[in-house]
Amino acid sequence: MSTSKIDPNAMRRIVLAESKRAHVGHIGSALSIVDIVSVLYADVLRIPDPCDPERDRFVLSKGHAALALYAALTLKGFLSRQELSSYCTDGSLLGVHPERDLPGVDFTTGSLGHGLSFAAGAALAARLDRSDRRTYALLSDAECNEGSVWEAAMFAAHHRLFSLTAIVDCNGQQALGRTADVLQMEPLADRWQSFGWRPVEVDGHDPGALKTAFAEAAAGESPCAILARTAAGKGVSFMEGQVQWHYLPMTDEQYARACAEVVAGQ
Amino acid sequence: MRTHFAQALEDIARSDKRVVLLTADLGFGVLDDFARACPDRFFNVGVAEANMAGLATGLAEAGYIPFMYSIATFATLRPYEQLRNGPALHRFPARLVGIGGGFEYGINGPTHAALEDLGAMRLQPAMQIVVPADEAQAANALRATYDLPGPVYYRISKREGLHLPGLDGRFRLGRIETILAGDDALIASIGAITDEALAAAELLREEGIRATVAVVSSLNPAPVADLVDLLARFPAAVTVEAHYASGGLGSLVAELIAEGGIDCRLQRCGVFAAPDAVSGGEAHMNQRHGIDRENIARLLRKALCR
Repeated sequence: MSTSKIDPNAMRRIVLAESKRAHVGHIGSALSIVDIVSVLYADVLRIPDPCDPERDRFVLSKGHAALALYAALTLKGFLSRQELSSYCTDGSLLGVHPERDLPGVDFTTGSLGHGLSFAAGAALAARLDRSDRRTYALLSDAECNEGSVWEAAMFAAHHRLFSLTAIVDCNGQQALGRTADVLQMEPLADRWQSFGWRPVEVDGHDPGALKTAFAEAAAGESPCAILARTAAGKGVSFMEGQVQWHYLPMTDEQYARACAEVVAGQ
Repeated sequence: MRTHFAQALEDIARSDKRVVLLTADLGFGVLDDFARACPDRFFNVGVAEANMAGLATGLAEAGYIPFMYSIATFATLRPYEQLRNGPALHRFPARLVGIGGGFEYGINGPTHAALEDLGAMRLQPAMQIVVPADEAQAANALRATYDLPGPVYYRISKREGLHLPGLDGRFRLGRIETILAGDDALIASIGAITDEALAAAELLREEGIRATVAVVSSLNPAPVADLVDLLARFPAAVTVEAHYASGGLGSLVAELIAEGGIDCRLQRCGVFAAPDAVSGGEAHMNQRHGIDRENIARLLRKALCR
């Protein structure tokens, strides 16, 4: 259990409550990365202020899981509860996918395959600035279907952008099925390694292991890919590993069950 | 023009340390001086235009002014969504430099013909579009726009030694520049093909038709007020562009005429048919597709009902 103030269970409750109120899906995708984002915001990212030019950068390349990011930004104090409650309402900056106009969001995402290039550019900028700020990009495993991810991977490795860390949320699910059935990306670690990255495999729901992986990522002289083995829908038994929770909103009964499980899991 | 443009960029980069140049492995011999002058701000990113656009977005977020260099078709079309979701959506000052408009890559064939780059970029309202007509204007246009907020697409000619009489390097964002005055009709032209537009105006003069030739180098922001004013003064106009007849200058002028209820008959001189397998030099291809002086003159006579 993380001792950080970005409590993953509090994040899960936000994900469930806001998804239910807004009646939107992508719940499984958000729950999948809660523990990763929790560790990032509690223990890894150095962000004294979301507008500080020397802050570490974070790219949520799998933008459809933005609710997990909003939850962390809220618990971090960068986003008010009132702003959070505007999620997916008319006129809000908090849409299903994150927008840079919202303080705390460094890059607008939503279409897969863009974020690692943004992050490589951000890491290159840090090098040109002779800054020690770091850049993190969180991708989905299915996002690695996109060729542009590998263009960015080649560039970062060639230029030894060691301040760049990619985290791949390996939940084995994608929009229409299991990644193993849709487009086999394994052995993913070998693939990243062959592109010149240091792959680190980790249980993506174990905060201690994640912290160790991030420390390892920061220590090397080549970019690091943390392959976080996760379960889509983690924390809600009837969502875990179930492809429909990529899209579906919850009924009242499902919401009650999900909340009970998350509270019990504290 | 591209050498001239690259030299102007190098001059700017020497004094403005925010300027970074990325190339997707193109620009043989053209970018060497920049690379020597600013080695730490020059990156050949490899044959990877999509990643180049994403890198530029990341660099711009940190306050840099990244230039992305490639052949116009590759620069605009391969990374189209990256440009849209990157510099355009973020309103970042990334600069895209596309070399070779229309058939300037001639014998290289249809994969290298930039016939829809302006239209594609014009569909993105955030993307400013600068299309110099000669070398002096290219250098001045770069100096005037390199530091603008928001992204810019520069369509830069591959032809060297381009000098357009009467232009004198003038460039103003959102304005037109008149290089020849006449009372009978208007020829509005964009880019390096403007030398053909001027040649057509000279042919027509021999027949007693005196056309004004206006250069549109700022396609976005569009020179709306200038064009509306000019179009209202003439009974007939021809637009000239090394581009498909749809999407670029001809479309802009047609929109202005229709929306403004302007009494001016328009003919668009551009490429109407998709290129076939036949290739040849630029002049041959321009003639084959009707973007040459004879056809510009013919279209103006047609617009004038002569």
